[in-house]
Parts: sequence; C-alpha cells; structure tokens
Amino acid sequence: MPFKYLPDIAIADAAFEAWGDTLDSVFISCADALAGVMVDDISLIEGKEAVELRLFNAELEMVLFDFLNELVYIKDAKRLLLRVEKVEIAEQGGGFELTGKATGEQIDPSKHRLLADVKAVTLSRFSLVREDEGWRATVIVDI
Amino acid sequence: MPRPSGIKRVAPTVWELPASYKPGMLVPARIYATEKMIDEMDAGVFDQITNVACLPGIVKYAQCMPDGHWGYGFPIGGVAAFDPENGVISPGGIGFDINCGMRLCLTSLTYDDVAPKLKELVDALFYKIPSGVGSAGVLRLSHEEFNEVLETGSRWCLKKGYAWKEDLQLTEEAGCFEGADSSKVSRKAVERGFDQIGTLGSGNHYCEIQVARPENIHDEGLARSFGFTLPNQVAVMFHCGSRGFGHQVATDYLQIFLKAMERKYHIRVIDRELACAPFNSHEGQDYFKAMKCAVNMAFANRQVILHRIREAFSQVFKRSPEDLGMRMVYDVTHNTAKLEEHTVDGVRRRLLVHRKGATRAFGPGMEGIPAVYKETGQPVIIGGSMETGSYLLAGLSTGADAFYTTAHGSGRTMSRHQAKRLYSGRKLQAEMEHRGIYVRTDAWGGLAEEAGAAYKDIDEVVEATELSGLSRRVVRLVPIGNIKG
Repeated sequence: MPFKYLPDIAIADAAFEAWGDTLDSVFISCADALAGVMVDDISLIEGKEAVELRLFNAELEMVLFDFLNELVYIKDAKRLLLRVEKVEIAEQGGGFELTGKATGEQIDPSKHRLLADVKAVTLSRFSLVREDEGWRATVIVDI
Repeated sequence: MPRPSGIKRVAPTVWELPASYKPGMLVPARIYATEKMIDEMDAGVFDQITNVACLPGIVKYAQCMPDGHWGYGFPIGGVAAFDPENGVISPGGIGFDINCGMRLCLTSLTYDDVAPKLKELVDALFYKIPSGVGSAGVLRLSHEEFNEVLETGSRWCLKKGYAWKEDLQLTEEAGCFEGADSSKVSRKAVERGFDQIGTLGSGNHYCEIQVARPENIHDEGLARSFGFTLPNQVAVMFHCGSRGFGHQVATDYLQIFLKAMERKYHIRVIDRELACAPFNSHEGQDYFKAMKCAVNMAFANRQVILHRIREAFSQVFKRSPEDLGMRMVYDVTHNTAKLEEHTVDGVRRRLLVHRKGATRAFGPGMEGIPAVYKETGQPVIIGGSMETGSYLLAGLSTGADAFYTTAHGSGRTMSRHQAKRLYSGRKLQAEMEHRGIYVRTDAWGGLAEEAGAAYKDIDEVVEATELSGLSRRVVRLVPIGNIKG
C-alpha cells in the first residue's frame, strides 16, 4: 500500500505518511489512508455513487489540505465513504486547480467495520514534498 | 521524559518554565502536576505550552493542567488568558471540537435496581443515541431551524420540549453563549452539522451508567448538595461536543487566520496550528461569534442526548424521568474561549480565557454559577477511561492563579495505534462484561483504542488538582454500562 500509519506521532489521534510516483497518485494514496482511519477494509467500499471534485488554492500543499477536508465534509454532509479514482492538478491562475472523481457508498456499520470518525485534517506536521522518486505527504487527522 | 532543564518547582504541584526558556516567550509557562506526573509528561507539552507563552497579549502565565498531553497548537489541558485590547484569539487554543464537554445526570435508582435491567438499559441507550462514524441524529432540522439552535443553544431545546427548565440553569452559561451569529459560519459547517444534533460521535466520546459506591464518597456534605444521597446511587455521565459542525468552524477559521495573520497583522507564530488574529480584529470577532455558534450547538446536542437518556430509562423502568429523579447535576464545557473577569496582580481585569481540554472550576460564591451551588462551588465533571472511573469534583476559591480552571479527563498516555495493537475490542468487551461493565459499540477497533491502560491514572490527575487547590474530590463514580461511539 502506498501509505503507512505513524503510530506514535499523535497519541490521541491518527497520523499517516503516503507517497506516489506522481502528484496525482500521492493525493489518491492520502485519500485511501484517510478512509482507512475510519474503516477497517477500504476495499469493501463499493463505487455506488460518484462525486466530482473541484478545488483551487494558491499553495500546492494547501490543495492537499483542502482535498482531504473535502472528503471529511462529504463523509458528514452526505454520509458517503469515498475512494478517489482520479485526480488531476493543473497550475493556473496564480495557483493550483484540482479536478477529480471519487466514488463510494453510504456508511453502513453492518458492512463496514468502523474504526474512528475523522473530524478534521490538521496542519500539524502537515507536508507535501517532492523527492527523487516521487511525492511524499505527512498528515495528522483529528478524531 | 526527562524534565526540561530550567524547570522550577514553585509549589509542590506547580512547575514553571521561565520566560527565558525560549526566545519569544512573553510570560512564564506553568504546569500543574505531581513529581511523578511531571516526569511522565510527554515532551510535546513543554514545547507547546512555551509556544503558547509567545502569543501576543498573553497575561500572567501559559498554563497546562495535570492531564495535559500533546495537542494541535496548544497542548490538551492548555489554559491561556489574553488581554482583549491587545491580545489574540486562536482556534488552536480552543480545539477542533468546540465545547466538547461533560454532563452528569442523577437518578433515584440504586445499583440493585439497575443491575437486573442493565443490558436492556444499555441496549436502549445504544438504540436511542446514534454514535460512530458519520452518524446522523433522529431530529430533522431545516437549515433555518439549525441557525436558531446555533444562536440560542439549550433554549431551543426547552422550546421544543427536549429540556426541563432547570436543565438550563444547571448548564454552564445557562446553555447559551450570548452573541453567537449564524451568519459567521460557512455553508459547509451547517451541512455537516444540521442533522447531527443528538449524536454522540466517536473517538473518546461515550455515555456511561455509573455508580456512586459509599466507599467512593470523598465529601459527604458536598455529595449530598450535588444530589448523591443514596448508597450505590446510579448516575449517567456523557462526553461529546459540537460534532462535525464545530470541526468545520475551526478548520474554516484556521485558514482565514493563516491568510490574515502575517500579511495583515504582522503576527508570526511558531506552529501553524497556533494561527490567531487580534481579538478585536474583524477576523477575530467573526471567529468568536462563529465559535459561540459551535458552543451552542454542542449544548443543544448534549441536551437532546439527555432527553433521549431520560426516554430510555423511562422506557425500561416504566416510570417517568421525573419519578426516576433524573435531575441534572451540571454540564461543563472543555474547549472554549470566554470573556471573564479575573484579578491579576491585585487588579480586576476582563480577560479572554482560552481553555482547551480544561474545565472552568469556579469556587464558592463566584458569579456565574447556579444559585443552588453558590455555597459549594461549581460542580466539575471529570471523565476517566471507560474501564476505570470518573469523578465529580467541586471548584475552589484557591484557583485564582489558574483563572479558576482544572483538569478535564485522564489524558492519553498511549497512542491509539499502540492500544489497538495491544487490545482487541471484542476481547476487551468480554473482559469488561466479566467485571460487571456492559459495553455496546459499532466500532470495535475504536473500543480497543479506549482501553483503560491507554490513559493516565485518573486518581492521580484529580489528586494533583486537589493538591494544587484547583478543585476537590466529591464522588468517584465507577462504570457499569457504556455506549461508545
């Protein structure tokens, strides 16, 4: 899996590191890691409903922050657990525009073994960095 | 963790890092702890509380309670007062779960009355109080009605028949922070929260049936004044906050503050989670009004949950909640900023007091506590882990240095990940049942994360608050039933 949980960074919450060969793929890895904080087996999330994503921020790192917060918002507002299928990030208008598509299904405790509810993405140690072999992100979420 | 060099013991349970400890500190930092606790305190606390001491307009000390641990920006257990004229307001000093708090409700039942019906009762509570990931409540509010909740808090509940009149008097600030303005919250926040009233949430949020055993009454007179008059009397304690709504308010303003802080107000902070704005600025005032909306949403949430608890008891015991003596003891907030009057160096001042994972603990005779508690001091409700026990305490007149604040819980010592590796949720449930504690949850992994051993010893935490003159023990309550989000 292109992410791992960091057990002892945030003792009351959850932290993860995710990576990808490309910027698009590290965003998808982060989305999976986020879903994995909430449900035990993200492969059981079926793509029954689709959601289009469109975000803009002047800073690339903050596009990731907004993107993960958007998934948390949809989880509460529409009670959807999502996996992200596609992300494209384009530099334009003095910033970065993300377009993407996520699919998923309604939260069902009888189907999904639920773990903890993510309520916010934090900026604590939050980072998105380019490395020799791709991109790496570090995220702590409030649960 | 070794203690940081330069830390001074200024009283048996008070430790001080001087303003010279770190460049930029405007005041010393103080930590309330026993010697054992200070040695076990995680390093993040020392780092974060001294960061707080650097914030503009901070008055007297940056402080941390005995249950303190690493948080975002402020440590959990962090307390800081700011001058409203030249100081700041910071979402990182309040927490994401705005007005996360505790409520305690009495019954006139004893353990012997409840024991034969315990499973039925816990199952009824589990059914009546939605919990867990993305849970929605049974109330269906329009956005307009939700806005009324945001501006009036528990008063909306009284109007709708979800509250007894006396419940409001027994809630901090009578269940409503005045001055909330729903136009200051985002559409997203409303969409996340409007159907979450009456839901427990997940993580460390729970609703627990507890017993006050005779050997656990620490102060009989105060216990009686707070309503504990029977041997083995049963009470219900619960812990939850403003759910996704409060988190969205915090997230929204964190970003607004980050954009304005340096560029507009020339404030630089060590940690982005300490983003802040001058209290008297446009951004600061907007956040204060939005924060109050989240405070009020949380009061309404706990009030509706109390209504459902009363329904569950009434259904199981086939008696009215009034007949079952289901009177509230009190409702305390943990994560807020409030304008309060305090005496600093002999001068009476109006201060903006941030309490994050910390409880207001006003002493006897102080303004702002219900008339019924004028002589006893404010009841303080401190939740322990689901396995060990919780406390009812009383505020003291000796808490002035801490702006009349005390601890809020036991505080974690083990990461969620480590707890999950060491404990299995289902096995833990079986073991707890064997020990007479019946637990219901939908989140088995989440249950393992809340194992008693993942927390500090609650007895030590409350003892430290007592030794520090912040609050005193009244009753220790032990769990017999628990629903966990």
